[in-house]
Amino acid sequence: MATPNLAKPIGARPVAAKAAQADTSQISQGRLMVRRFMQSKLSVFGGIALVIMYLLALFAPFFGPYDVNEIDTNYQWSGPSTLTFAGGWPGICGVTQTLDQKNFAWVYTKDCSQSNPIQLFVHGSSYSVLGLFNSDLHLFGVGKPAKIYIWGADSQGRDIFGRVLMGARVSLSVGLVGVGFSTVLGSILGTASGYFGGIIDNLMQRVIELISSIPTLPLYATIAATLPHDISVTQRFFLITVVLSLVTWTGLARQVRGKVLSYRGADYTSAARLAGASHTRVIMNHMLPNAVSHIIVVAALAVPGAILGETALSFLGLGMLPPAVSWGVLLRDAQQVQVVTTYPWLMIPGAAVIAAVLCFNLLGDGLRDAVDPYG
Amino acid sequence: MLNYIIRRLLYMLVTLVFVAIISFMLLDLTPGSYLDTEIARLRQAGGNMSDGQIEALKIRYGVNDPFPLKFGKWIVGVLQGDFGQSFEFSVPVSSLIWGRLAFSLILATSSIIFAWLISIPLGVYSATHRYTIPDYIITVLQFVGVAIPEFLIALVLMVVSASVFHADVGGLFSPAYVDAAWSGAKFVDFLKHVWIPIIVIGASSTAWLTRVMRANLLDVLNAQYVQTARAKGLGEGLVIWKHAVRNALHPLIMAAGGILPALISGEVIASIVLNLPTTGPLFINALIKKDTYLAVAFLLLLSVMLVVGNLLADLALAWVDPRIRLE
Repeated sequence: MATPNLAKPIGARPVAAKAAQADTSQISQGRLMVRRFMQSKLSVFGGIALVIMYLLALFAPFFGPYDVNEIDTNYQWSGPSTLTFAGGWPGICGVTQTLDQKNFAWVYTKDCSQSNPIQLFVHGSSYSVLGLFNSDLHLFGVGKPAKIYIWGADSQGRDIFGRVLMGARVSLSVGLVGVGFSTVLGSILGTASGYFGGIIDNLMQRVIELISSIPTLPLYATIAATLPHDISVTQRFFLITVVLSLVTWTGLARQVRGKVLSYRGADYTSAARLAGASHTRVIMNHMLPNAVSHIIVVAALAVPGAILGETALSFLGLGMLPPAVSWGVLLRDAQQVQVVTTYPWLMIPGAAVIAAVLCFNLLGDGLRDAVDPYG
Repeated sequence: MLNYIIRRLLYMLVTLVFVAIISFMLLDLTPGSYLDTEIARLRQAGGNMSDGQIEALKIRYGVNDPFPLKFGKWIVGVLQGDFGQSFEFSVPVSSLIWGRLAFSLILATSSIIFAWLISIPLGVYSATHRYTIPDYIITVLQFVGVAIPEFLIALVLMVVSASVFHADVGGLFSPAYVDAAWSGAKFVDFLKHVWIPIIVIGASSTAWLTRVMRANLLDVLNAQYVQTARAKGLGEGLVIWKHAVRNALHPLIMAAGGILPALISGEVIASIVLNLPTTGPLFINALIKKDTYLAVAFLLLLSVMLVVGNLLADLALAWVDPRIRLE
């Protein structure tokens, strides 16, 4: 704010900044932030894409044509279905499975002369909608006995598309919940550290330095390795988020501390103290509202790290474990190069990881520029 | 300056002692030890162990010693270069780690150099050609580069080089050279393999540094001394490289300290996919099997790598920036 010329956010064009400056006096800060955010098309795109991803994850069983654990030996390692317009209506080619006698691999031959038309809103396996009621409706499907695998099938003939959607539930929420924990932890400890200073501050800084002097992934892995194996999927999910937040809070605490330190010297803080406000009141009513936008930004930029952390841990076999489905768990199937070379669609869950992380980064960048709309 | 270095070194030592305590505690105080796994395995194989045998094993490995005693014994050993015994391999930990750590160090260092060599020119180009198509392409690549997990780049690169170039992928050497002594031919073979890990480990750091470089240079290009340099008639190349870039490098050196944890983490996970003889595979395996001493040794030495790296970054910063040196 002090040096608008030097601290210009990346991508903000001078014209836009000038337009925003011209009428700052008439418009509330909130409106300015929204306006600045909307100017960044990429961030808006990231935000919308994330909303879509979360909706897909929430209603995963509806969008996926089959149950995620449905095993089908007729479609082991079967590739993505081929689209055909032979019948005038989009359909998929028929597939027949034969065993290659030489190297004992399943071979799938396509027969595009006849089309299995894609049907919308078909009835299939039953699932629970948000835990409220049961439904067996799926967005799309094909008539039996044909099966549609838009992203191929895994070693047991399970539908990768449906599993990626289902895995998004874990992978996308691990980021949010984990960062939620660390935001609370980081805000409390960072505020205490910055506001009270002295011994508390010194101690806190040493602890943060200590945690940051252990490389991130090895630390995650070490903590995750101590988790017991005989716990339920939900418990494991919860513990993994705790593991992730035990490490990520340090970055948040540092940021909050810096902010609080700068507010501590501000005139309005002294004024509040002189007027007899308690420490709690100064922190809750004067400092936190000021810092909240920055906390949100730092938190949004920390989510990708948590998502990547979970993926890496599950990929290594230390995070979520099957039968739980997450993107990292799905990518475990793609660990061997020979397998991936033959069945490249096993890497599709990786594309989902990239998309989610990318969108969070875009969104976070836009938010960062937006919280300082005067720059 | 000497004072500063000594203070930092002492500080580092204290940090590392705490790292040792924490990692040892994490692995030791949690239920289940390597012995339990081993006993379960023996029982499954049909062998039965009497309680007396189990007790004898426990005493031999000191499983039931109280924590401070166990830790005390271990840290005294560490100071003499003895990291304890690996349960799984029944050999001293120190005989397993050094060779692997050396490769990790080589890979991390080469990746940093790779990241710098690529990111500085890219960042400079991107900043001086703002809002042109190459700039947009670099920006997109840099966003994607930060978003891709290392193991995925590793997989993609391996699949591509295996199926398109039919190259022998994975590992750091061809099978023929794995156990061979170092020679000219082995070194050439090493160079043929090492580029994949370097790209994999360095990719996200390259993306990040490119971004930092672009932002810094854009800030610096607005400064008045750049205007002055142009006004007195210096060539654009000289203005950019001698006046602007030199000043934009400081935050880049600071960022180098920041990317170290990512590099080390990336090395650990990429080495598992690429099947490299570095710390990653053995470390994760030790964690899963609860081979305590081996895992702790790796965690500790990886931390040493990180802390020393940070110190070097700080010293480099003090070296290029007299404002810090003379403080």
